[in-house]
Amino acid sequence: MVGSTNQRTNLATVMLIQDSNADHVSESFADRHASTYRTLRLYARTFRRNTSAMFGLAIVVVFLVVAAIGPWIVPFPEDATGAVHLDIKLQPPDSTHWFGTDEVGNDIFTRVVLGTRTTLQIACIVTGVAMLIGVPLGMIAGLVGGWVQEAIMRVTDVFLSVPGLVLAIAIVGALGPGIVNAMLALSLVWWPGYVRLVQAKTLALKNEIYVQAAYSIGASKLRIVFIHILPNCTSPIIVKASMDMGMAILGAASLGFLGLGAQPPFPEWGAMISIARTYLPDWWWYSFFPGLAISLTVLGFNLLGDGLRDILDPKHRD
Amino acid sequence: MLAVENLKVHFDVKNNRGVKTKLRAVDGVSLHLKKGEAYGIVGESGSGKSTIGKAVLNLAPKTEGKIEIDGRDITMTNRANEAWLRQNAQIVFQDPHSALNPRMTIMRSVAEPIIVHTKTRGHDLRRRVEELLDIVGLSKQFIYRYPHELSGGQKQRVCIARAIALEPSLLILDEPTSALDVSVQSQILEFLASLQRDLNLTYLFISHNLSVVRYLCQRVGVMYLGNIIEEGTTKTVFEHPQHPYTKALLGAIPYPGATQPQSAPPLIGDIPSPVDLPVGCRFHTRCPVKVANLCDRLAPEHHHQTLGWASCHLLDPDLDKVGGKPE
Repeated sequence: MVGSTNQRTNLATVMLIQDSNADHVSESFADRHASTYRTLRLYARTFRRNTSAMFGLAIVVVFLVVAAIGPWIVPFPEDATGAVHLDIKLQPPDSTHWFGTDEVGNDIFTRVVLGTRTTLQIACIVTGVAMLIGVPLGMIAGLVGGWVQEAIMRVTDVFLSVPGLVLAIAIVGALGPGIVNAMLALSLVWWPGYVRLVQAKTLALKNEIYVQAAYSIGASKLRIVFIHILPNCTSPIIVKASMDMGMAILGAASLGFLGLGAQPPFPEWGAMISIARTYLPDWWWYSFFPGLAISLTVLGFNLLGDGLRDILDPKHRD
Repeated sequence: MLAVENLKVHFDVKNNRGVKTKLRAVDGVSLHLKKGEAYGIVGESGSGKSTIGKAVLNLAPKTEGKIEIDGRDITMTNRANEAWLRQNAQIVFQDPHSALNPRMTIMRSVAEPIIVHTKTRGHDLRRRVEELLDIVGLSKQFIYRYPHELSGGQKQRVCIARAIALEPSLLILDEPTSALDVSVQSQILEFLASLQRDLNLTYLFISHNLSVVRYLCQRVGVMYLGNIIEEGTTKTVFEHPQHPYTKALLGAIPYPGATQPQSAPPLIGDIPSPVDLPVGCRFHTRCPVKVANLCDRLAPEHHHQTLGWASCHLLDPDLDKVGGKPE
């Protein structure tokens, strides 16, 4: 090891010389993250040029705002909690009741606005729980391989082979109808997509040279997972999550429509349409406005997801 | 410094009928590198040259053989050996574009080995990274950039900075220039040569580019199908090649102008599959001067010359006694 010591001294000398003339100006946060700012600005520019993505973002933002301030802007808050005004039932839209009234005289505008919060909550929780289950499972399957991977992927395949909504109906049927059970059921059928996505991405990343380089440096497995693999999986996960928000809204509405989700008088769009369908076509506004709300949110999240895919897809970078 | 004895790396593969077979990527290679030496391994794609580098660093599973670095036996992959190996031997990969995590700044990439192995943090870490970037000739304005903002040559310099961060004594260079532009290649090569002198590094240089090896290495080993078939000082091997394969490789270097200085017959066909190795001399399927009834039966031994050796039956002084005639 004599040579090695010698070498270390050499390197130390080189460094000493550099030390003396190196000036260490402390930089601001902005300096250190200049590259990040540049990247974000580039993303913002690409996104702004994408008309449909901006439209989707606008829809999503409007619905988020409505969900946030809903209880303070609705004209008849008591209509969401079971008030009955039979004297004004099934009124067409006018200046007092913008979206008309339903069969017990409740203001439909109020109920649609208050339903926004429920719907977005369901979407966030379902997608979130699905991610929490799916992402770790997918990563374990991709990294460990062998029989662990086989087991996880085969279970995933079983879940994927049954149509999600049918399975969700079965689960809610067993647990009993209700909004919490509906969310639970949807979460339980939603995770397999994430397992597939993350497992495929992990398998690809595992063979990336920078992951090999991390091994050659001596980085621990945990470090490789959390610093090298997970951050490089986030783009497709974000894109899929934003798409899934729309699909989860549709799923929750479908369960509501079948009478398995939120129970009346709780203002939920799917449940509203379920009752309103018997009043078609003469009292069209009753089902039209909740339906419009569902279509718009789903469309908004899908367009947003498409736009995010365009900017986060690494093939479009550089 | 680096001693590799009879290294074998075999992979289990399934052929198209699902039967398990062995892929002999490296099949009995011995290397002896002196301190401060640059040793080049050349060979075609699929000859197993990269696998040697990976096996030394324990990135590929060793089937058999013994590896020593600085007199320390690191054949066993236990925790202590592992930690020691990571600090004393490092690798620079071929493609700098994919060797850096796209989500990490240059600072984080270069700092990673230091964070993993030492307790240096904060201001000291920052200074150390700046020093390393300075050694590889990058200004510290790159420190918070992301890899996609750098050119290929700059990325390769970052990779080298990361590799020397812990002051290893052995650096494995796995085709470090072949993914770069020609003008950048020469810069990186010159830099690697000066780095070796400054830090007294030992290089194991893996390449298919003979000119690059000739420029940088003092000794060279020619690899074919998992074996080294000729070894010697760069001067001997390049000026007086003994093995017909080496001759053919050297004959294949393109020179400007119409005339090729060496007139070895070009090789026909592709390198055989390492799953299904030829019997006898591994090169006999493509050898232009093979001896009938000998080369396809017996594997040749090492025949030593003054400054190297080659394994070919034609170099055997007792060729007549072994039998067979040149075709």
